[in-house]
Amino acid sequence: MENTAVRAAEQLLAALPPSPAVWCSGLRKRYGRRTAVDDVSFTVDRGEVLGLLGPNGAGKTSVIKMLLGLVRPDAGEVLLLGRPSGDPRSRERVGYLPELFRYQPWLTAAEVLALHVRLAGVRVTDDERRECLALVGLADRAGDRVGSFSKGMQQRLGLAVALVARPELVVLDEPTSALDPIGRVDVRDLVLSLKARGVAVLLNSHLIGEVERVCDRVVILDRGRVAAAGTLAELLGARELRLHLTGVEAAALARLAGTGALTRTGDDFTVALPAEDDGTAVPDLVADLIALGVRVHAVEPGRISLEERLLGILRHEEEAR
Amino acid sequence: MTVLAVAGLTLREAGRRKVLRALAVLTVALLGLSAWGFSRLAAFEIDHGGLTSGESRLVASQLLNLVMFGLSLIAALGTAFLAGPTLAGELESGIALAVLARPVRRTTVLLGKWLGLVAFGSGFVAVAGVAQFLVVKVTVDYWPPDPVVALVLLAAQTTVLLTLGLLLSTVVSPMASGIVAVGLFGATWVAGVVGGVGDALGNDGVARVGTVSRMLLPTDGLWRGAMHAIQDPTALAGLGPAFDGFPFLSQASLTLAYLAWTALWVVLVWGLAALSFVRRDV
Repeated sequence: MENTAVRAAEQLLAALPPSPAVWCSGLRKRYGRRTAVDDVSFTVDRGEVLGLLGPNGAGKTSVIKMLLGLVRPDAGEVLLLGRPSGDPRSRERVGYLPELFRYQPWLTAAEVLALHVRLAGVRVTDDERRECLALVGLADRAGDRVGSFSKGMQQRLGLAVALVARPELVVLDEPTSALDPIGRVDVRDLVLSLKARGVAVLLNSHLIGEVERVCDRVVILDRGRVAAAGTLAELLGARELRLHLTGVEAAALARLAGTGALTRTGDDFTVALPAEDDGTAVPDLVADLIALGVRVHAVEPGRISLEERLLGILRHEEEAR
Repeated sequence: MTVLAVAGLTLREAGRRKVLRALAVLTVALLGLSAWGFSRLAAFEIDHGGLTSGESRLVASQLLNLVMFGLSLIAALGTAFLAGPTLAGELESGIALAVLARPVRRTTVLLGKWLGLVAFGSGFVAVAGVAQFLVVKVTVDYWPPDPVVALVLLAAQTTVLLTLGLLLSTVVSPMASGIVAVGLFGATWVAGVVGGVGDALGNDGVARVGTVSRMLLPTDGLWRGAMHAIQDPTALAGLGPAFDGFPFLSQASLTLAYLAWTALWVVLVWGLAALSFVRRDV
């Protein structure tokens, strides 16, 4: 009787969706009088790639360190893979490449991996470790001391360290800061392959293009606060339309402004389009403009890049202050 | 498991860093010089026959104390300068970030590092100490009365100093922690000498300087205990009250209470180091 109850409970638990890879709420951190992180909350779902964006000093690295228990938050809670971050076991399945990456210079690359496998308490075969080094392009340097590595090679080793213990969550803090363009492409492919395997990734990067290509969702931090968050579609949903028009009277101007935020440079107009659009906004607008006697020379759809959006958000924050 | 991994890593670090080579060179130099000195002493005895066998034992035991002080100084310097970089250096350079983000407790990492350093320091004291005893045995045929006690106390002295070094390295930079630890070691030794002079002069106030410093940092007290186990038991009687304040002569062996205090001291300082390390943002 008791056994069936336990089994039923187990089945119920197993049927529940897995807890998110990262859940944090109300994180706050002050260094002296400066508030580095102020009320930051977000989640990273299993198998999701979340990009953390923001200017220098926005608190991105502090947030990451609080998630990993390296920095003690003044307030707020963190769950990693369903366990509170105060419990070291919450990091059993977490790989981390720090922004300030340095590894024991007196060890060889293979020894560094062996050390991290041992600290993680996971069984990883020699072959797997070798594969991991090969994945980051260090297969032929396994036996060399880390002290002789260039910065880029140390960062590649850091990636191998983050990936070696079969993680379910990988936290990459500026993973391409020391890499050449080829290395950057390698990292992009790596993140995409992690995503394909269902590994969650938290990616902090200055390179917006990198984030735009690989991330499902983005959290934008500014001065320690979440300035914006959402899927790329949500953040970039705001499309715009560029028009070259002559003969624009007041009524036509009102029609343009009624569509969305309008900017004008001479005869060139840019109108932001509503996010919710069933495909009629542009033809309707053009038909109405012609009906109002406007001569339409060019209509060009434009998509706002993440970079423009980021700058827009940050400038808006600046003005609001 | 993690403790042993970190302890092994610390030992490997000690072995592969230049500290080990520096220690080896210094130790070999000291052993070589002392072997030369002791052999001259033996030659002097034979050529001139100026010393009775009692006198020569006395001189040999005093010289051995002096040389062992040199060895303990090398051990202290070596471990203090290892303890600093292994914690503060790793925090400063970022090596600690990847390690502490693993499923490990910081106290476990600290304990592993401490054990590794204790093993290294004790191993050094054992090897260098036995080598020095053998040098003296071969050259002037002197063997200390309690060699094991002497080496255990010297290892304890090294442990005390490296525990202090670890505590310091959780709060200050690697170099500073090494310098402060060695500075305090020297200061307690000097305070011990001052206290000895106070004892000899019967001045309680001055004598208290030594007593208090020996409580605050037990390195000097342990060193005096070790010296007592090395020196010829007849030395005190032989030299008489004129040598009461002499820094390389120990009046008495250590009391059990003092040894207990030393153990408690190590536990307390280690606890402080753990508290400071656990609370620290990296």
